[in-house]
Amino acid sequence: MTVATDPAPLTGPSAPSGSRRLLAGSDPSGASQPLAGHRRTYPVPPHPRRVREDLIATVERAGLLGRGGAGFPTGRKLRAVAAGRRRPVVVVNGTEGEPVSGKDALLLRTLPHLVLDGAALAAAAVGAGEVVVCVDRQNAAALAAVERALAERHDREPGGVPMRLAAAPPHYVTGEESALVHWLNGGEAKPTRVPPRPFERGVGGRPTLVDNVETLAHVAQIIRFGADWFRRRGTPAEPGTILATVTGAVSRPGVYEVSAGLPLSHLLAGAGTPEGISAVLVGGYFGFWLDARSAGSALLSHQDLRPRGGGLGCGAVAVLPTGACGVAEAARVMGWLAGETAGQCGPCVHGLAALAGTLGDACAGRSRGDVAARLQRWAAQIEGRGACRFPDGAVRFLRSALDVFADDLRRHAAGRPCRTSPQRPILPVPPTKEAPWR
Amino acid sequence: MAVTYRIVVDPIACTGHGVCADLLPERIALDDWGYPIIDKRPLDGEVLRHARRTVTACPALALRLEEVGRDAANAR
Repeated sequence: MTVATDPAPLTGPSAPSGSRRLLAGSDPSGASQPLAGHRRTYPVPPHPRRVREDLIATVERAGLLGRGGAGFPTGRKLRAVAAGRRRPVVVVNGTEGEPVSGKDALLLRTLPHLVLDGAALAAAAVGAGEVVVCVDRQNAAALAAVERALAERHDREPGGVPMRLAAAPPHYVTGEESALVHWLNGGEAKPTRVPPRPFERGVGGRPTLVDNVETLAHVAQIIRFGADWFRRRGTPAEPGTILATVTGAVSRPGVYEVSAGLPLSHLLAGAGTPEGISAVLVGGYFGFWLDARSAGSALLSHQDLRPRGGGLGCGAVAVLPTGACGVAEAARVMGWLAGETAGQCGPCVHGLAALAGTLGDACAGRSRGDVAARLQRWAAQIEGRGACRFPDGAVRFLRSALDVFADDLRRHAAGRPCRTSPQRPILPVPPTKEAPWR
Repeated sequence: MAVTYRIVVDPIACTGHGVCADLLPERIALDDWGYPIIDKRPLDGEVLRHARRTVTACPALALRLEEVGRDAANAR
């Protein structure tokens, strides 16, 4: 075994030592960090030429897992893209369609150059000829910050890898990588059949690296401070810090940077839960529910959460307070998810609508028969039958809700209303958008 | 090892016409909304012949036969 040493460890007094790493450079006022300030800590990224094995190896040794939701090893993705024959493209995925996540928007607004450096370094690693930064079309603040940052780099650092901003359609599935690539190629922002996957054939038919905003910000820090530094936080299997967006019944909602593997209860204590906890949604609307007891023992890692029914997802955590009706919350979210279907696959279009409708009816005391059994049967019919994983995520959300809120559902199915009334909605459900798909 | 096949559906192309379940009940059932649920076991003999006919009969051209090589069969 070789001892892991970095090719050029640049650790110095500026290497953040606590768990506040990415956000160490962010201005508390929320202002965007200018390029000059950013460059006091981070050097200008090298221009991409051929594949930089050293950069890939450093990211691999750091053990960084993607922060978009799936938790795929970033180093392995870089290697797969670099192995293609044509010159690759790097896509920064800043679409963040998840309603209870705000971390990517925060990074884009406050630390755009950290993200863009990460993208430039990923481009250098795989030898890419172009970087495309995709941001939700409706997120004006993030768009403006990135636009300004790109202009600054263009003026002050000409000769860097070409970067352009792409304002993506505001749909949940836009962030799915095949959908994003399809849209960048002139199509609708809807998932396509895979394979070929984007790393094989993506934007313009080229090998394409699609990485989440937070993932790339970590790449910038790993290259700057080294793989060993990165591993000083987190767990051996899941090193580093994560950005967790905390919402729901908490005193201080917001984005928290914590070490991966931290007990969920510590994060919640930091955010404050004055109304108590009846359940916690982990991973956003693509995630799953934990009851109060599981939430008390869960850790913020894929390793701990997967056996409990899901993963860490994008790190979004939503707290349902004591007394709130889980069925009412789940019904609203399912209704929203059903409306976010790309409308391409029958089981997704009809199945999610059926799940949402039945759950809504149960909540309103309008259902007959064994509601839970019917929902479970449909869930089994829908799973694995879409072109993408969107319906599977909705099914996972539903199943965990049936599990955690079984008592609430029985009460509703028997025709009784919510325990607390009037119901105060906890989980935010954005209006379903009639926005274009291009 | 002889090449074997299984039937696969392109869920985006599929319009839920449902003729496939009539022609190949050995491998295809319909869900509650009329879309095919495919049994992915390999096809042979008479069933393979029916499967070929089913693939051509799909009005949306959403079905195809996929080779199940030795490696693919082991991987699954």
